[in-house]
Amino acid sequence: MQLDVHPAQGSVQAGPSLQAPAPARVEPQAHTLWPGGDRVAHNVFLWPALLVVLVLSIFPLLVSLYLSLSRFELVPGGFEFNFVGWDNYQTLLFGSERIHFLGLLKPPALGGWLVFGGGVAALAWWLARAARDPRVHAGGLGGRALVALLAAGSLWLLVGAFSPGGRPGTLLVTVIYVGAGVTLQYGLGLGLAVLTTQRLPGRRFFRVVFLLPMMITPVGVGYMFRMLTDTGKGPFQPLWKLLGLTNFSWVTDPWGARVAVIIGDVWQWTPFMFIVLLAALEGQDVEPLEAALVDGASPWQIFRALTWPAIIPVSSTLILIRIIEGFKIVDLPNILTNGGPGTATESLTLHAYIAWRTFDLGGSAAVAYGLLFVVTVVGVAYVNLVRPRLTEDP
Amino acid sequence: MSKPIRSRGLRELSPARLVLSYLLLGGWAFVVLFPLYWLVVTSLKTPIEVDSGPVYVPYVDFQPTLDAWHYLFFDLGSDTFRPYLNTVVIGLTSSVLALALGAAAAYALVRFHYAPRLGAIGVFIGCVLLATGALLAGVPWPLAAGAGLALLLILLQTIGRRFRRALGNNDIAFWLISQRMLPPVAVVIPIYVLFQRLGLLDTQVALIVTYVATNLPIVVWLLRDYFSTIPLELEECAAIDGASTYRIFWSIVLPVAVPGLVATFLFVLVFAWNEYLLALFLSSARAQTLPLTVVAQNATRGPQWWYMSVLILIMILPVIGMAIALERYISRGILVGAIKG
Repeated sequence: MQLDVHPAQGSVQAGPSLQAPAPARVEPQAHTLWPGGDRVAHNVFLWPALLVVLVLSIFPLLVSLYLSLSRFELVPGGFEFNFVGWDNYQTLLFGSERIHFLGLLKPPALGGWLVFGGGVAALAWWLARAARDPRVHAGGLGGRALVALLAAGSLWLLVGAFSPGGRPGTLLVTVIYVGAGVTLQYGLGLGLAVLTTQRLPGRRFFRVVFLLPMMITPVGVGYMFRMLTDTGKGPFQPLWKLLGLTNFSWVTDPWGARVAVIIGDVWQWTPFMFIVLLAALEGQDVEPLEAALVDGASPWQIFRALTWPAIIPVSSTLILIRIIEGFKIVDLPNILTNGGPGTATESLTLHAYIAWRTFDLGGSAAVAYGLLFVVTVVGVAYVNLVRPRLTEDP
Repeated sequence: MSKPIRSRGLRELSPARLVLSYLLLGGWAFVVLFPLYWLVVTSLKTPIEVDSGPVYVPYVDFQPTLDAWHYLFFDLGSDTFRPYLNTVVIGLTSSVLALALGAAAAYALVRFHYAPRLGAIGVFIGCVLLATGALLAGVPWPLAAGAGLALLLILLQTIGRRFRRALGNNDIAFWLISQRMLPPVAVVIPIYVLFQRLGLLDTQVALIVTYVATNLPIVVWLLRDYFSTIPLELEECAAIDGASTYRIFWSIVLPVAVPGLVATFLFVLVFAWNEYLLALFLSSARAQTLPLTVVAQNATRGPQWWYMSVLILIMILPVIGMAIALERYISRGILVGAIKG
């Protein structure tokens, strides 16, 4: 790949300091490292990073694609990969791994049908509105249709898994982790950030303390919560005893175990939301706030009218990051519950890891590709559909 | 960065709100600190004390002992210090490298104009696909790589120049940043095979290179926004005085960007310090890092809580310093530029 470089042009995404992008003439001059050095500078700056990412992301990704289309077999004297086409994906979606991946789906009861019907109607209305909107092009409409289809599919998974006798698979469990985790982390992080921007003696102490969980290895957090939730040896044992739950273990009840994982995840990642929102709040312009105070606005009014619009752009980026990172959750369920009881707390990454451990390399790669597909769709849909709405007209 | 920062708070709080605020803050501080307190207490217990139900306060309801600390530091000695040293070396080296490569790329994406032709990119992807296919078909890798490269150069000179449509800086940046979406589990098996072929499995190099690759996107993303807030005038003056691009970057841009670099470095270092999944695949004994050592305490007789607590604690200690440093930068409003939406 060759990059055509025009050295005399200014920055494309100039920062706020450059309202009118002035051409930045960085002319080759006498003091270059070697003759003609500045002409290759553009490549010297960019290519090392591109190369590292290419070699360690793109190349492995292509090999993984091949792995997901093949079966790993041990043969005398070594191993080989036999090409099997879509078999691994078929197993996941329709075959023996279906219950593990998609969940055990039962025909929904009346309430389930109502939820599903309502969801589909809402999606159809949304699509119809987009179709009549002249600003939406054919490509955008196709993308929206795909999103609506996938959303309806996920809703069906949700309804089916929560019908009597059904249970969610690793795909839905991961989505639950991300949804519940990100919502709770954002709410808590915002609350704490607002509290610590107040004029309080000792708030720096609180800020440092609140940052700590983010800095601890997820594996350590997993074991820590395993200690804490232990009903026999954990610190809350008297409490469990009082409630008559000594023989009960969080980790043997599917929802108890999932809640434990979510609590651990919230404990660990609330600090990330907190620190970024804190920075956003601290960077807010003071003058309008002071003017509002002088005019006698209540704290709630100030928050709604000034603070909230100011932090929405940061919030939208922040939530995107946490969604992307949240889908990769693996250490916590692996350590805390070992994915159990059964497969109740398995996330997609853990599913792929367990498949790898049992030498099902093709199946593992197929699950990983499934995860990549979900993350990409959610990420792109968020960037194109949710974020503009948040940032443009608050 | 010159605009006033809300760091002083706006007004005095009424006593009722003050009390409420302290209650809420204290509540969450308890939630954060209690698990850590429990680690400390557990590390001072004997196995029997841990197994026979909870005891809470040293000297009050049990006699603390340093047995677990002594065992890990003196009886095991090198088995504790080697992973520690590995973690320090791998964490620092990979973070410095990611910062260096990422800062250069981020600066380039802000200040220079790139226009890679779509045709050239297509040719490149085609060649990589062919080389990968050849590799999987059993062609030795120097041959596959060499042939792929030769084909690439030939095609670039012919077909690559024909397509006029080009991408811009934003596309390159988006592509780089989107690599963060890649779940590690999707790429770890090929990376494992790659390092196995190169004979680098279970070495620090393998982990350093992998962490650099996984952290680069986040470095580029944070620093690109940060660099774009640096006024261009400084660099223009230097260019007029005859400084080279490298000189401008090294002597003018980097010193101005130190706060952003430090904050980014801390983020990246914390990731490399705590990473588990990739380390699990790529290292076993020699290059083992601390998270693996922690998990190794889950022996056949069940988790050895007392040793685990000690290990987690010695992992946290240096990181507390980082939390204090990070807070200091936040309170000066320095991260704001890096995270604007």
